[in-house]
Amino acid sequence: MKICVLVKEVPDAAVEKRMDPSTKRLDRSGEKNLNPFDTHAIEAAMQIKEGGAVDVDEIVAVTMGPESAVRALHKAVSLGADRSVHLTDPALAGSDVCATGYALAQVLKAESPDLVLLGQQSDDGECYTVGAVVADHLQMPSLTQVIKIDVQDGKLRCERQAEYGYDTVEVELPAVISVGDAINEPRYPSLKAIMGAKKKPLDTKSAADVGIDPSRVGEQGSRTAVLAINPPPAKEPGEIIEDEDTDETVQKIVSWLEERKLLA
Amino acid sequence: MHFDLTDEQRDIQRLVRDFADQEVRPVAAELDREHRFPYEIVAKLGELGLMGMPYPQEYGGGGTDNLSYAIAIEELARVDSSVAITVAAHTSLGTWPIYAFGSEEQRQRYLPDLCSGRKLWAFGLTEPEGGSDAGNVRTTARLEGGEWVIDGAKQFITNSGTDISGGVTITARTGEGEISNIIVERGTPGYTVEPPYRKMGWNASDTHPLAFDGCRVPEANLLGPRGQGFKQFLQTLDGGRIGVAALGVGLAQGALDEALAYAKERRAFGQPISKFQTIQAKLADLATEIEAARLLTYKAAILKDRKRPFTLTAAQAKLKTGRLAVRAAEEAVQIHGGYGYIEEYPVCRFYRDAKILTIGEGTDEVQQMVIARALGA
Repeated sequence: MKICVLVKEVPDAAVEKRMDPSTKRLDRSGEKNLNPFDTHAIEAAMQIKEGGAVDVDEIVAVTMGPESAVRALHKAVSLGADRSVHLTDPALAGSDVCATGYALAQVLKAESPDLVLLGQQSDDGECYTVGAVVADHLQMPSLTQVIKIDVQDGKLRCERQAEYGYDTVEVELPAVISVGDAINEPRYPSLKAIMGAKKKPLDTKSAADVGIDPSRVGEQGSRTAVLAINPPPAKEPGEIIEDEDTDETVQKIVSWLEERKLLA
Repeated sequence: MHFDLTDEQRDIQRLVRDFADQEVRPVAAELDREHRFPYEIVAKLGELGLMGMPYPQEYGGGGTDNLSYAIAIEELARVDSSVAITVAAHTSLGTWPIYAFGSEEQRQRYLPDLCSGRKLWAFGLTEPEGGSDAGNVRTTARLEGGEWVIDGAKQFITNSGTDISGGVTITARTGEGEISNIIVERGTPGYTVEPPYRKMGWNASDTHPLAFDGCRVPEANLLGPRGQGFKQFLQTLDGGRIGVAALGVGLAQGALDEALAYAKERRAFGQPISKFQTIQAKLADLATEIEAARLLTYKAAILKDRKRPFTLTAAQAKLKTGRLAVRAAEEAVQIHGGYGYIEEYPVCRFYRDAKILTIGEGTDEVQQMVIARALGA
């Protein structure tokens, strides 16, 4: 089995995020890191490899992004990926979710993996949708927000986070699966893996290398445009319940929770 | 001159920062309170390759530079000094002399266990009657029938008495005006690890007095050429000072982190205390001093990496960071007010842990001596 893991370089969680009013995009100038959700996807791939239920020949980390995104790939291989592919091309800058999904799918077609894993969301864009777009282009089944993967008879049995509880879904391979952060506890990269990350194979691909139609990517090729950005509305003040009679207070809290269907 | 870390250095910084936050922070107060050695943490650090960072991979080391190592110690000390000194003393004082002066046979015998953290090693220099005046060694070792017979005592020896302590390298007088370093394995008859000290801080680190009473070790346990012990321990201390300086930077940064977070939350007179100029001045001064001390420490590490003389810079870094750590911890307690005097807040532990940094690995007065000597005074 060959597993491709889609990864993304995002602003570090410790950096306060800021929109750039001139470009209407996120200011990505500060310290960056591998998208935390993607570390769960790599860990999921590693656990499938180490689980022994199926032979995993290789785990390939794939990213699309500027030159600096190579750091996310180094991190990915230090966490266990065997090699990585970096799709980078000035023509891709400004791609929206659909264009990005198309471009990544082109890379994946060349790799023809049995399983594509990715974090369910990026820590910056938080669109939750790249996995589904990629799956559509590859004509593979797509599962999102997966919190458990078991390999059984060449198929995957997954638990998918639902609004209440979870759904158990069996899926045939090849498939595209986005995972939530509840799926596992990612390992730390070892010092040896960090020191050796640059020695693992890294292929750099241009848009033309993977047959990307230039009219379908970049700002021009994107079908969405950001018209305006606004700060989120101020948070409504909370409801304060004065504790006069504790029984009564508890009752009020319970009914407040029940109204919102927050009690199982 | 540029101030960018390499990709590897940044990844190591992030690894150790994450490790310290996730594995050390939740248990630091408890380990300190119970005076419990952090065995689980040391085992995990060993698995990640962080117990022998600056040694070649052929001996099981991490193959990193000294700057990466200093950064790792800094990140650990930002959260807990006991864990940081355990790693620093093991790496810079315990393992280094064996790596730098040991025979190939000695390296092969000891380094793989030490670099993996399966065993810890100690360095026995200080004696009951001689710390700063370390050349005044009273412990003796005389050759008798192909063995060194060691008599004497060592004081304040870190990592000497844990369940995984493999032994100690000691300085001993092997003749008139002659000091040599000798390897003594744990469990050698005549070598006694005395009960631990009751310390002001560093409570989760392991520190003991050692006694040698007719302790016999093979002649081959001599480290490097006979009579080179004085030169060897001075070189060992030079490198050790980089680790301890990094510890001071980390402690000071950790104290500032805590103070800043507290000041932004704590309200007085209708606003967070971080909005008062008196508090802001403290925070701003500390941040500035810490950055200066960090650069000095990194410079010492970089000089060592480039195989340039670093004795002066390491002494300056050690002097600067020890004092700063004490001051930063004090200011952090002050900003916390009464809560800073309560053990529930980490700054209380930081305050107790800081003081040793102006004493251990060469007192401030010894650093001043080293620096003045380098100036030609």
